Amino acid sequence: MSTDIIIHDKKDNVGVVVIEKITPKQDCKCWIMENDSSVNIQSADEIPLGHKIAMIDLNEGDTILKYGHDIGKVVKAIKKGQHVHVHNVKTKKW
Amino acid sequence: MEIPKSFLGYKRENGRAGTRNHVIILPVDDISNACAEAVANNIKGTIALPHSYGRLQFGADLELHFRTMIGTGSNPNVAAVIVIGIEPKWTKRIVDGIAKTGKPVEGFHIERTGDIGTVMKASKKAQEFVMWASEKQREECPISDLWISVKCGESDTTSGLASNPTVGNLMDKLEPLGVHLCFGETSELTGAEKVCATRGATKEASDKFMKTWSAYNDFILKEATDDLSESQPTAGNIAGGLTTIEEKAFGNFQKIGNCKFVDVLEPAEEPKKGKGLYFMDTSSAAAECVTLQAAAGFNIHLFPTGQGNIVGNPIEPVIKLTANPLTVKSMGEHIDCDVSKILSREMNLSEAGDELIKTTLKVANGRLTCAEALGHREFVMTKLYRSA
Repeated sequence: MSTDIIIHDKKDNVGVVVIEKITPKQDCKCWIMENDSSVNIQSADEIPLGHKIAMIDLNEGDTILKYGHDIGKVVKAIKKGQHVHVHNVKTKKW
Repeated sequence: MEIPKSFLGYKRENGRAGTRNHVIILPVDDISNACAEAVANNIKGTIALPHSYGRLQFGADLELHFRTMIGTGSNPNVAAVIVIGIEPKWTKRIVDGIAKTGKPVEGFHIERTGDIGTVMKASKKAQEFVMWASEKQREECPISDLWISVKCGESDTTSGLASNPTVGNLMDKLEPLGVHLCFGETSELTGAEKVCATRGATKEASDKFMKTWSAYNDFILKEATDDLSESQPTAGNIAGGLTTIEEKAFGNFQKIGNCKFVDVLEPAEEPKKGKGLYFMDTSSAAAECVTLQAAAGFNIHLFPTGQGNIVGNPIEPVIKLTANPLTVKSMGEHIDCDVSKILSREMNLSEAGDELIKTTLKVANGRLTCAEALGHREFVMTKLYRSA
């Protein structure tokens, strides 16, 4: 039942940390809300509560999917398990 | 949970019901604030609503000013109103607008009398009003008399995961009971605008939404000097894990659950198409948005927050909820409803929605919100452009 990471939609390539923080090489339990399923991932970085983790390897120019929707583009390659935030993802809007 | 069919509210002359029984001292313009505050200081139980504008405005901006002033005075949470302005004409226009509700309202202008004489005259009338209002009793009102507005602030990813969907769950449960609902924040739907447009109840509503969003977006793009990375998302949003405006928008959008909006309102415009959900064209700044929603007649507000926004409103009680356990721990005095157990999966969304309905009814029945107890009375006029 304990969950470290919540993923909104099964199409998403990022999850959200819901414990105070995860540490590098931590084996994390992820819960996918949309279909109530579970997956596991090993973290690569320390990631605080509310911040995102990459569920797969992502290349520059790839689209980040959350809620099953486009929320921005990758501007610096991200490995599976790494922290996803303003240092490697930017808006496509403004 | 069986949802209560009624709450205890104040019945007003025009058939609406209030969750509060305020007597307000409303300044027409910035230079009448001192006089309004002096009256509120003299007469206990009244509140002054000082603000920064009301002089030399024109066109649509002036119309919005009047709509906000008249709407605030007309809100059913207000029992009676004293209006104070520098000049008689605009003062009278606001008094006449509020008088249409049938509630007691009287205007005073300062020119040719001065502050001291005006304070004396207005204080006498304010005393009469507040003592009259204090006799009003709460009566049983159908739950459909609730007009619920929503706006989120200092959002983080916990907002989109849990506190905003909790509001959406409440909307899904209360909409069939005939309540009025309102969401806004035009700019913060950027990235989710096309999905939001599909939630119009009619093609007309969807088209009106896209037109409204596009106009706001064009304005932002015209004025922006950089990529807005200092403003949208805010530094607080980013600290909380939100990366882009699109991510913020999809989180924001969770607040309306599965509801469809029946119409798109101008800022501070009263809904005219009956019960259901409305979208209002507003800024995403908390106090501006809530002030506009209160001026449109909404009588209770739900405010999900992530990192901990502390906003309140002088006439519309603002209920805060959060799913962020750190916010609950570090600033619990601002949180009316804690739904952080959703994140640890000890609470599901439906249970959280029920908790929020219980809190909403308690506040509708008279329980003070955290923001009320802490004295948050942010009353902020939206200004469309420079004055003449």
